[in-house]
Amino acid sequence: MEILLPILQQGLVWGLVALGVWLTFRVVNVPDLTVDGTLTTGGAVAARLLVAGADPVLATLAGFVAGAAGGSITGLLHTRAKVQPLLAGIITMTALYSINLRIMGRANIALLRVKTLVPTEPWAQLALFAVVVAVTLVLVNLFFRTDLGLALRATGDNDAMVRTFGVSSDNMKLLGLVISNGIVGLGGALVAQYGGFADAQMGIGTVIAGLAALILGEAVFGAPNIWRATVASVLGSVLFRGIVALALRAGFQASDLKLVTAALVVLALVTPRWKQLVGGAAK
Amino acid sequence: MTHLQLEGLHKTFHPGTINEVKALQGIDLIMNPGEFVTVVGSNGAGKSTLLNAVAGVIAPDQGRVLIGGVDVTRQDEVQRASRIGRVLQNPMAGTAPSLTIEENLSLALARGRVRGLGRAVSPAKRVRFREELAHLGLGLEDRLQDKAGLLSGGQRQALSLLMATLQRPEMLLLDEHTAALDPRTASLIASLTDRWVREQKLTTLMITHNLEHAIALGDRLIMMHEGRILFEVVGPEKRTLTIDGLRTAFERVRGENFTYDRAVLN
Repeated sequence: MEILLPILQQGLVWGLVALGVWLTFRVVNVPDLTVDGTLTTGGAVAARLLVAGADPVLATLAGFVAGAAGGSITGLLHTRAKVQPLLAGIITMTALYSINLRIMGRANIALLRVKTLVPTEPWAQLALFAVVVAVTLVLVNLFFRTDLGLALRATGDNDAMVRTFGVSSDNMKLLGLVISNGIVGLGGALVAQYGGFADAQMGIGTVIAGLAALILGEAVFGAPNIWRATVASVLGSVLFRGIVALALRAGFQASDLKLVTAALVVLALVTPRWKQLVGGAAK
Repeated sequence: MTHLQLEGLHKTFHPGTINEVKALQGIDLIMNPGEFVTVVGSNGAGKSTLLNAVAGVIAPDQGRVLIGGVDVTRQDEVQRASRIGRVLQNPMAGTAPSLTIEENLSLALARGRVRGLGRAVSPAKRVRFREELAHLGLGLEDRLQDKAGLLSGGQRQALSLLMATLQRPEMLLLDEHTAALDPRTASLIASLTDRWVREQKLTTLMITHNLEHAIALGDRLIMMHEGRILFEVVGPEKRTLTIDGLRTAFERVRGENFTYDRAVLN
């Protein structure tokens, strides 16, 4: 249980990030790299507010709003200025690095002495994360059953077709990027409170970590519909944290983890092809 | 009262370059409410450009587009979607493959409306979808929760047709919607189109390569060539029209133009 508890905690809190990454990569069908920036923005805003004595719930929700604002910049660059989505994400992510430093006023804010939303007792932490993730999952799923949510899903599926039904595919992509980065910003706010600090570097590798969780979840749990896909990305995140914990036990340093993550993503991407090749040869 | 009115539509692609294409060179067309017009013409005749100009996919260089008396020339395709239903050539283009049949229909039902946080698929809508799908006669009414991507090309095109007309449009535009189907499925969709348009009295503009369909369907046939309307066949004349008759008429008109061109050059 000593090992399992932090895996579950981290898996759930980073599950929000996986959910955000799932939303852009799988639903909106736009590969969004902004999350490396917006995770930090969420953490930075929450930390700054908490240090200033703000209510922890409000500070955490402010993380969502800040992340969403970051996502809107990428969305506007992509849909209005017609910048390619990958580039739009990189531009915003780069700009956010400076903005995040401005928000925090320095490179790092410690949260050890302030009252935060995340309790100190480990089981209580787990319960909090479980509740936040469950509520987010339910809200996302309810949203995708509305007329607006359906239009968003259809845009990622066939954007030429939704325009013939009077849906602005540009507005839908913008909305998708806003919601996705909002969820990631919320994740950032919780990550900062859980870790006890916000740091200008904390967002590095967020996209890849989210992707790793997403791909693992899809491979292991399947994603035949929205419910299953959203739950799979969160469970994938738990699985991913488990693998990271194993890697640390196997002797990797914490500084090696980005490499381990990248290798994991490559492996997850390549394995289905190998399977096909092997299967094809057997026939 | 006219329903669709096109006034002097001009469109040139890549003007002033070696790739310059004069796709529309002065199209005037008036359609009455409930009228079904088929448009034929060789490749590059400007059929698709015409349809795209009506749909708002492209903006004409000159001229006006009026639907139901409203000037929509400055509106884009998203704005015009509240008036226009469209079925495209590629069966994959008209539906969202990873959405279920009922979700696709819900999306279509909200055409031209502001989409909010109301429930997309309600039991009441489901009843209506089942009825409408049964009307197609393809057995899709029992597959509401199947993903559209699972359907065959013909089934998807039938679904696209239903989606385009579900929220009765002021104009229905059919963009060679049978061209990508095998002959049997193509005639199935053609007869379905005919029935659908008649029953709902939809003002319909259909472009096609299939002369047989162009003759069999609709009240009026328009022949386009080099961005102009060459001639049209209406009423009793259209009812007795044959493919050979159409070809002869086409060659006669073109031949005259050809001799005219030569005379000018000399």
